[in-house]
Amino acid sequence: MATETMQFKIYRYDPDKDSAPYMQDISIEVDHAIDRKLLDVLTKIKAKDDSLSYRRSCREGICGSDAMNINGRNGLACLTEISELKQPVVLRPLPGLPVIRDLIVDMTQFFKQYHSIKPYLINDTPPPERERLQTPEDREELNGLYECILCACCSTSCPSFWWNPDKFVGPAGLLNAYRFIADTRDEATNARLDDLEDPYRLFRCHTIMNCVEVCPKGLNPTMAIGKIKEMMVRRAI
Amino acid sequence: MSKLTISVRKFDAVIVGAGGAGLRAAIQLSEAGLKTAVLSKVFPTRSHTVAAQGGVSASLGNSEEDHWHWHMYDTVKGSDWLGDQDAIEYMCRKAPEAVVELEHFGMPFDRTDEGKIYQRPFGGHMSNFGEKPVRRACAAADRTGHAMLHALYQRNVRANTQFFVEWMALDLIRDAEGHVLGIIALEMETGDIVAFHAKATIFATGGAGRIYYSSTNAFINTGDGLGMAARAGIALEDMEFWQFHPTGVAGAGVLITEGVRGEGGILRNSDNERFMERYAPNAKDLASRDVVSRAMVTEINEGRGCGPHKDFVLLDITHLDPATIMKRLPGIREISIQFAGIDPIKAPIPVVPTCHYQMGGVPTNYHGQVVNADGTTVPGFYAAGEVACASVHGANRLGTNSLLDLLVFGKASGDSVVESVKKNAVAHKDLPADFADQTLARLNRLNTQKSGASVNETRLEMQRTMQKHCGVFRFKDMLEEGVRKICEVEKAVRLTEIGDKSNTWNTARVEALELDNLIEVAKSTMVSAEARKESRGAHVRDDAPDTAANPNGRDDEKWLKHSLWHRETNTLSYKPVTLTPLSVESIALKTRAY
Repeated sequence: MATETMQFKIYRYDPDKDSAPYMQDISIEVDHAIDRKLLDVLTKIKAKDDSLSYRRSCREGICGSDAMNINGRNGLACLTEISELKQPVVLRPLPGLPVIRDLIVDMTQFFKQYHSIKPYLINDTPPPERERLQTPEDREELNGLYECILCACCSTSCPSFWWNPDKFVGPAGLLNAYRFIADTRDEATNARLDDLEDPYRLFRCHTIMNCVEVCPKGLNPTMAIGKIKEMMVRRAI
Repeated sequence: MSKLTISVRKFDAVIVGAGGAGLRAAIQLSEAGLKTAVLSKVFPTRSHTVAAQGGVSASLGNSEEDHWHWHMYDTVKGSDWLGDQDAIEYMCRKAPEAVVELEHFGMPFDRTDEGKIYQRPFGGHMSNFGEKPVRRACAAADRTGHAMLHALYQRNVRANTQFFVEWMALDLIRDAEGHVLGIIALEMETGDIVAFHAKATIFATGGAGRIYYSSTNAFINTGDGLGMAARAGIALEDMEFWQFHPTGVAGAGVLITEGVRGEGGILRNSDNERFMERYAPNAKDLASRDVVSRAMVTEINEGRGCGPHKDFVLLDITHLDPATIMKRLPGIREISIQFAGIDPIKAPIPVVPTCHYQMGGVPTNYHGQVVNADGTTVPGFYAAGEVACASVHGANRLGTNSLLDLLVFGKASGDSVVESVKKNAVAHKDLPADFADQTLARLNRLNTQKSGASVNETRLEMQRTMQKHCGVFRFKDMLEEGVRKICEVEKAVRLTEIGDKSNTWNTARVEALELDNLIEVAKSTMVSAEARKESRGAHVRDDAPDTAANPNGRDDEKWLKHSLWHRETNTLSYKPVTLTPLSVESIALKTRAY
């Protein structure tokens, strides 16, 4: 593969100087042997125009910084194969959250919902001198849950979260809620279920499953939500 | 940027950095009720601790007999005797408690059949004082750093820690008597400059792996703490010692954990030979990282590299049970598919040694207190994690000891601050009148610079210079030329120009300010490396070869000492290595072999 001039349309907005957001057309020379991921190309664009603003850090899909809307779909720039993108490549900030500048959104509401599920182990029994024991099978229940990187791809692709970001916990928060419910070391299962048994906090999920579709880590928030619902039903009977 | 005014906020303590060390320190401070501000350039769970993979060391002995004293021996040997034995004993003795505590915080460790924390072998970790590999690395699959960072953040949510997210610390505030009184920081969203006036300041800013062109490190690893400390007159310790991790994905730099070899992975050259058997007959692929990286580069230099350009070797796990790979190394499989285009169940992964970790840093004692060149402590100043040099890693760090370091010294620094602030009831010292001058001058210069150098180009020039002149193998003439070149790059750094002048989330400004820090690290590294005329650990030079008088090129008579780089004069001084542990006998000098 050789070099190619690729076309981009990038959402731009700097409140310091722009009265309104606009889409900027950008052509950039891409060397497919080196510029393999979207983030590589963004770095190249930024080298020419240092005002283009986006978050990034680990560049390997584990820190969750560079989530954005890529050709209409949420994803991480560092894990998106550049050669697989249809042109012009349209880049927008994650939908549903206020834009601060360019591709940078205000994630306050997203983290507020994450914090609302008490994302920490609750266990008031004095711990033993050594580790608490947990069988490998019980530990396996946390797989597919603890790997969440809080990138917000899922929650900001969820129409229910768009309409009620202040009341609906959203897929990321609920996946993390189930991560603690499923943990045999956690003693607050009932309180956690009580907290979620609410027309908005949990039950705004209408299993549209956009979250599953976009999760860059291949996690399944809809399944976690289903399991929470199942537990609510089970404890009611 | 028109509004160069500074508001002042008062806290008992300020922690800069919210990776593992900062978060562990923050738990101590928050739970003790100190009014604490934790600043981070990124949301805490995006800190680079998140990328650690293989494990955290502790002699729990969950799968076979182990002892903290053996761990200590391995760490001293791994450090090529440059580590301070008091700090190393402290860390290794505290390890089981530190790891068990994390489990109590909720960290999802993998489990043994008995339900205990799962442990795997790792490079340089041996039983019975160097006899044979031991399972000491406590792991959550190959996502240990991620699991740990999230657990620590979660514990801070529970403790109601006050975070300042997406704030970049710019400079340390230090008065004429040398007391540290807090920091000046930039709020990235607004461009506001704020002073955090504190009784105690903890640096937990991580490393600076981005001084090299090819690095496993995140973009944010720009040595901010080192730059700030150097500008405030703190000498930097042992900066010539950089770890090149044996297994970065060729071309991409992304890390492949040593845990892969811990689970049975094998390095092979173009002859399909398990070449580590020749370099480390006992430990083989699980020798120390510096040893393995040098072996790989030697293989490549002697024409036994793989691929069309013969410029990498192969990490082979195709002989492992796919179920083991899926269970113990799922993240590695993802990374290999993503960044090498290879499924390691079916084909070996192309790897090269890649800059990974800085052994040196801001000098501290094992209480996390920063120390001056004369051995006195700097009042009000603490450091922990990769930014600090305790020194537990000496000339070469053992895998999994970084996560242990940040836990043990994060907590120790937190405890020291709590003791100082609470028990001694220290008051806020007045800020000097000119406390912000240096910072404002730097910001003003950047805002008004015309016909200056591009940040991107200058940074690349620095990275290429470091890569070429100060890599896995070092050469006398290349180092001398490297010092000249890096001083040239420094001139360009003083004249960088940015196009973006906005106050809102100005990443161009942040990158320029980061480069101010990177260059201090690069310069201190090159200068310290040029001056150290021996081979030790990760620092190996052509003019200090393996001889009968100096095995491995190590010269204890002249060079068993820590380097201290002084920014103002660009000169070095030296201090002795602490060879006396806290309670056990000194681990005597010995030739290092695996």
